[in-house]
Amino acid sequence: MHTTRSQQAFQIINFIILGLLSIMCILPLIHILAVSFSSSAAATGGAVKLWPIGFNWSSYEYVISSNRFLNSLGITFQRVLLGGLVNMILIVITAYPLSKESERFRPRTFYAWFFLLTILFSGGLIPIFMIIRETGIMGSIWALVLPGAVPVFSIILMLNFFRGLPRDLEEAAFIDGAGHLNTLFRVYVPLSLPALATISLLTIVGHWNAWFDGLVFMNSPDRYPLQSYLQTIIIQQDFTQMTEQDIKKMQLISDRTIKSAQIFLGSLPILLLYPFLQKYFVTGITLGSVKE
Amino acid sequence: MKRSTISNIPLHLLLLPAVIIVLIYSYGPMFGIVIAFQNFIPAKGFLESSWVGLKHFRFILSLSDTYEVLGNTLFISVMKIIAGLVVPLTVSLMLNEVRQRFFKRSVQTLVYLPHFLSWVILGGVLIDILSPSSGIVNAVLGLFGIEPIYFLGDNRWFPYVLVFSDVWKEFGFSTIIYLAALSGINPALYEASLMDGAGRLRQTWHITLPGMRPIIVVLVTLSLGNVLNAGFEQVFNLYSPLVYDSGDIIDTYVYRMGLISAQYGPATAIGLFKSVISLGLISSTYYLAYRLANYRIF
Repeated sequence: MHTTRSQQAFQIINFIILGLLSIMCILPLIHILAVSFSSSAAATGGAVKLWPIGFNWSSYEYVISSNRFLNSLGITFQRVLLGGLVNMILIVITAYPLSKESERFRPRTFYAWFFLLTILFSGGLIPIFMIIRETGIMGSIWALVLPGAVPVFSIILMLNFFRGLPRDLEEAAFIDGAGHLNTLFRVYVPLSLPALATISLLTIVGHWNAWFDGLVFMNSPDRYPLQSYLQTIIIQQDFTQMTEQDIKKMQLISDRTIKSAQIFLGSLPILLLYPFLQKYFVTGITLGSVKE
Repeated sequence: MKRSTISNIPLHLLLLPAVIIVLIYSYGPMFGIVIAFQNFIPAKGFLESSWVGLKHFRFILSLSDTYEVLGNTLFISVMKIIAGLVVPLTVSLMLNEVRQRFFKRSVQTLVYLPHFLSWVILGGVLIDILSPSSGIVNAVLGLFGIEPIYFLGDNRWFPYVLVFSDVWKEFGFSTIIYLAALSGINPALYEASLMDGAGRLRQTWHITLPGMRPIIVVLVTLSLGNVLNAGFEQVFNLYSPLVYDSGDIIDTYVYRMGLISAQYGPATAIGLFKSVISLGLISSTYYLAYRLANYRIF
């Protein structure tokens, strides 16, 4: 194909606009990172752009030595592990029966609608709050795990993947005398590792990022997971959550560098997982997209 | 093949745990909407609280805030739907023209990073960079002689900050979906049109866009079903009493009324109103997506 001058001009402009767009997506984060490593004077004075001025670690030392930060981090780890595990088990065991054809498993349609209805209609915030209170899990880690334990969209992704597996495998397993459980765990699950990897990653990210349930269902601030704790500190600027010792230490370092350090630490695991997310999530979103 | 030899009972057992959890934590709250018709007292529970009929509905309809909040919600979410369609579509068409593989990959890598960060993190970032006193955005604007703008505290700016930052977070993600659709277009169509003397623009208009129509229809209709969700997590982390006039949406209003002021009845009534309308919208848009683009989620 021959290129004319106007096409060349288009290519260059295209290049520049796309370059600017992608820079726009990370510049704010780089700026925050630079602020977090800067001296408090430079940060408060607004001198920091994209490179730290007066490089030091004191904001990070301050954040990491804070008991409240470590405590909430611990709760987040708990919820990621427990919540992630519960989610993955439920996704697999729920998607398998739903992936059967209706002719073979008649009640499938009923079950499918039973789950689908929960995406279409929700009781709303107040009734959910009351149910969590009534069932006695308010304030416990289960309040962060059980209400979202059955993620319908992930189940749909999983069951579509199961349906893509060759039918003959299942027939062969049955002929060899395997029941449904053996077929699921010895044939389906080992063949679904890519889909399971995608869904686990999205589940982990979801649990790590969730903050509102912690804020509302955990009663006391010392039970908040990390993102909820960060929400009160960074967004609401609620200093009543801090101990006197914390506040004294904070006067020595700038509020702004500390917040930046917390923002960066709060997104660090996502940044570390990002290469994997990137690899898997395109497959993930196309698993459930338009079908012929 | 004798299928009947395989019992279906294990299938029911596999479904049982999820069914129980969904019954309690999804269907339970659906039953809990009775609060909207009760003078609900938590100590008495759903069954013992006294019934008040439509009192809470009359109350919320008499509040002028309700209409303002509804207006804000619609305005913000409609703008988000439009921007959330145009920007990723344009970017995916532009990316499709890029021949340098490395550049294309790098752009794709960078643009959907914000999608995976929570609104707490991004809210913290935005509050910092948009600050009128020390924020870098106002510092840059200052170079051009523009007075500092209080983006998050000014009703004239706030809704646009919401739309802009939402696009910033999500356009990369949607771009990927559109790119996937683009790669599914038959290359023979482009070759044929080239023979007929079509340039890039005509190809885009007559081949690329029609080829993407199904996915565009699906995404737009599905987002219409969410028109009453203007983005609770985002607004909650960015708004303040200064911008309630332009930025308070149904979900934040319900949160404050229900969980801060403990007006359970009216808050549930608004929530119910929203859920019912959303149910209607989502069902009809799924039906439309199914009719127009043969889209099925199950």
